[in-house]
Amino acid sequence: MDASTSVETHHEPHGHDAAHEHHELGWWRKYIFSTDHKVIGIQYGLCGLVFLFFGFCLMMLMRWQLAYPGQALPVIGKWLPHIFGAGTMPDGKMTPDFYNSLGAMHGTIMIFAGVVPLAFAAFGNFVVPLQIGAPDMTFPKVNAASFWAFAVGGVIMMISFFVPGGAAKSGWTSYTPLAAFSDTGPGHNPVFNGQTLWLIGFIFLISSSLLGAINFITTIIQLRAKGLTWMRLPFFVWAQFVTAFLLLLAFPPLEAAIVMQLMDRVAHTSFFLPSGLVVNGAPVSISGGGSPLLWQHLFWFLGHPEVYVLILPAFGIVAEILANNSRKPLWGYKSLVFSVLVIGFLSFIVWAHHMWMTGMGTAVSAFFQTTTLLISIPSVIILSAFFISLWGGSIRFTVPMLFATAFLPMFGIGGLTGIPLAFNSADLYLHDTYYIIAHFHYIVAPGTIFGLFAGIYYWFPKATGRKMNDFWGKVHFWPTLICMNVIFLPMFLQGMAGMHRRWYDGGQGWTVANEHTIWGLTGFQWNAPISWAAWIMGLAQIPFIINFFWSIWHGQKVNDNPWEATTLEWTAPSPPPHGNFIHTPVAYRGPYEYSLPGSERDYTMQNEPVEPAERTRRKPPAEPVLV
Amino acid sequence: MEIPYTISTRPDTGLWNAKIGIWLFLASEVMLFGGLFSAYIFLRIDAAPGTWPHGLLNVPVGTMNTAILIMSSVTVVLAWASLKMRRYRAYWWYMLVTILCGVIFLTVKLAYEWPQKFEHFGAYIKPEALWKYEKYLGNQRRTEKGLEPRIEITGHLHSQNAKEYEVALDPVNAEPDNPAMDRPHFLPLPVTDKIANIEKEDVLRATMFLPTHNTYFASYFTITGLHGMHVLGGVLVFIYMWLPVSKRLYQRNPEHLANRVEVSGLFWHFVDLVWIFVFPLFYLL
Repeated sequence: MDASTSVETHHEPHGHDAAHEHHELGWWRKYIFSTDHKVIGIQYGLCGLVFLFFGFCLMMLMRWQLAYPGQALPVIGKWLPHIFGAGTMPDGKMTPDFYNSLGAMHGTIMIFAGVVPLAFAAFGNFVVPLQIGAPDMTFPKVNAASFWAFAVGGVIMMISFFVPGGAAKSGWTSYTPLAAFSDTGPGHNPVFNGQTLWLIGFIFLISSSLLGAINFITTIIQLRAKGLTWMRLPFFVWAQFVTAFLLLLAFPPLEAAIVMQLMDRVAHTSFFLPSGLVVNGAPVSISGGGSPLLWQHLFWFLGHPEVYVLILPAFGIVAEILANNSRKPLWGYKSLVFSVLVIGFLSFIVWAHHMWMTGMGTAVSAFFQTTTLLISIPSVIILSAFFISLWGGSIRFTVPMLFATAFLPMFGIGGLTGIPLAFNSADLYLHDTYYIIAHFHYIVAPGTIFGLFAGIYYWFPKATGRKMNDFWGKVHFWPTLICMNVIFLPMFLQGMAGMHRRWYDGGQGWTVANEHTIWGLTGFQWNAPISWAAWIMGLAQIPFIINFFWSIWHGQKVNDNPWEATTLEWTAPSPPPHGNFIHTPVAYRGPYEYSLPGSERDYTMQNEPVEPAERTRRKPPAEPVLV
Repeated sequence: MEIPYTISTRPDTGLWNAKIGIWLFLASEVMLFGGLFSAYIFLRIDAAPGTWPHGLLNVPVGTMNTAILIMSSVTVVLAWASLKMRRYRAYWWYMLVTILCGVIFLTVKLAYEWPQKFEHFGAYIKPEALWKYEKYLGNQRRTEKGLEPRIEITGHLHSQNAKEYEVALDPVNAEPDNPAMDRPHFLPLPVTDKIANIEKEDVLRATMFLPTHNTYFASYFTITGLHGMHVLGGVLVFIYMWLPVSKRLYQRNPEHLANRVEVSGLFWHFVDLVWIFVFPLFYLL
């Protein structure tokens, strides 16, 4: 991280004037307003982690209300009203509006301010240029602009908690017409209210992703090192490449939708408002003629590719770590690459499977049902290839590997439980129940977030020159894995028992949640163990936080390639200086040359030239001689 | 540290960085305006009979603005070609013409076309009261001819009191049975001096031609507003490349400035192209 420019004494041979390589940047330019992809990546990473933790805290508050509805929250319940406003938790008891705010903002913050910045922007920024042997991103200033747009968007989202009326409370999907009228009326500022700030914040977050996506694609196309052909790219780079295209093409329609909802709220248009709308018992004075379904289409046109934006970078990270720790080439590299491309394409034509309750018609449903099932094929190919990659490997169970291997069954559960939802008829029953919550959280929580933890432990030595502590890594891993499953597994059962996901009282007042017992507890009673698991999981993150910051300064010092990996980022110094590589790297071989027959070591790095002897060894054997 | 291929092309892709960057950006812009135009299509298909207006915009002025934008797209290419031929003086003049075209376009839009709409008034009549205003709407004849009914009376709002609006009628409401009024006119017809009094209790909803008036104006103002912001952005970038600061870049590395002009020219063509969709969708159809 202290990428001091003084390391840059070895100049690259393709000399341009050395004068401007020796600017001593001030502290502010070096660490805050930096244009260096590594610093920006770390900035994104730290902000993303903070937002993830904040989003998780919102959920931990909600879990109290679900497990013990109407009871005062002990200890912190007394001072929460002083932070979020008196109307949010009077006497430590959560109001319905505040509960809705927490739910909407949990989803928004986790996805758009937590996982996307961390999975795409942080890992992409830090790792991609290093893996392709580039000195930086193609447009460093655009890169910085992307980060600052994200920061502004995140700050606006946070500010929205403190305006009169509180943060957005119409769900993270902000369905209209509900979202067009929430946070309006007496006591609300026409602009500085939760829902409007949510929309404005979103415009910044979207702009940030767009700038990032353009930068990533251009960098991968233009700045690959000499010899690093497309089929020699590490799978992580491919995953980021496809992710960038998803962000580039799927986000703008949502931006259009957000502009229109903003017009609906601020200029009182009726893009998403039908004629004859009655709010609080009185007809509203609007022109009408709009379409609530239009919002859903535009939202989910982003929303579904977004799911793959969340999961593909995790795929990439897991692929790198599996190959590295099984000491074996990734199985089926080409089919992985083509699968990820097919996923990218198909993800644009599955969105309406989120809208089966709207009654779009059987023809539309049949189409989207088919495409949804099609997209499971490349996903299964990827997961299978990962499992087969482990076969016969001499596996090193390092901390990143623990998270990466745990990712496989966790994502598998999340993926397979999605198949019933792909069918229109089954979905009608399961829609808006806890089953849905369990399904997508298995994909993004023990799925993506495990991938992200794996990536943090894996690339931490590259960023700092020090390793994170193994023991505390394991103390972080095991409770997190167990708690994740205690949280989400019972939710499948709750959902199948008919428990609705938006009950403010956790189902206490509903017969369906109290009649049937599942493994001895009613649906409602299951809320308490789930909540306790969530809180314990919150505690289990403490070792990670301490380990993370302690290791930056006091972790075990390691060499440039502590994991004995093959890809180009491990040929750069740790931490890499400004400009990354001391000698411009050249790639001579594929990304996963582990355990090459006849090689002295069990890994051969991409920049090691192919020796003549190796060429002959690699030749296919002659025709078998039949005796 | 210097990033490769900022000015020269990468041999295997044949492109310099910003050219890929701008095409990707334009792809995202296509999706942005695509989202808005698809909203227009949805809203228009869904519109109840009589609620989607026709012929309210000034077609000659729109045509002129279209011509101005197309001309600016030509001059920006000539500016780029002049730079490629290393003729800075010619570049400077072509760029100036491009900037002026952009400024004229915006001025016409914001200082003439939009305000004209803000001063226009329309009142939607309640279905049960339509018969009272038959002399302004001419629905009997329209029903016989199989045309969409008229449910709105438009014109200039002279005054209003607690009970009624006093409106100087548009020609279409002044002589509703004139067959010439069945189709929009190329040349806009001025508001007549025929006055109508509309009782407020007969009015479903009445506003100036603001975004809130109907979904047509909502999409018109949103799309032209967003398009106008793109024009403004383009103009600002062009001004930067026309100022002396860019002459210094020209003297240092003329190809770098040429590349910048090429990239922003591509953006400018896109902005032009969006207008080529906006013009028929809102002015003509």
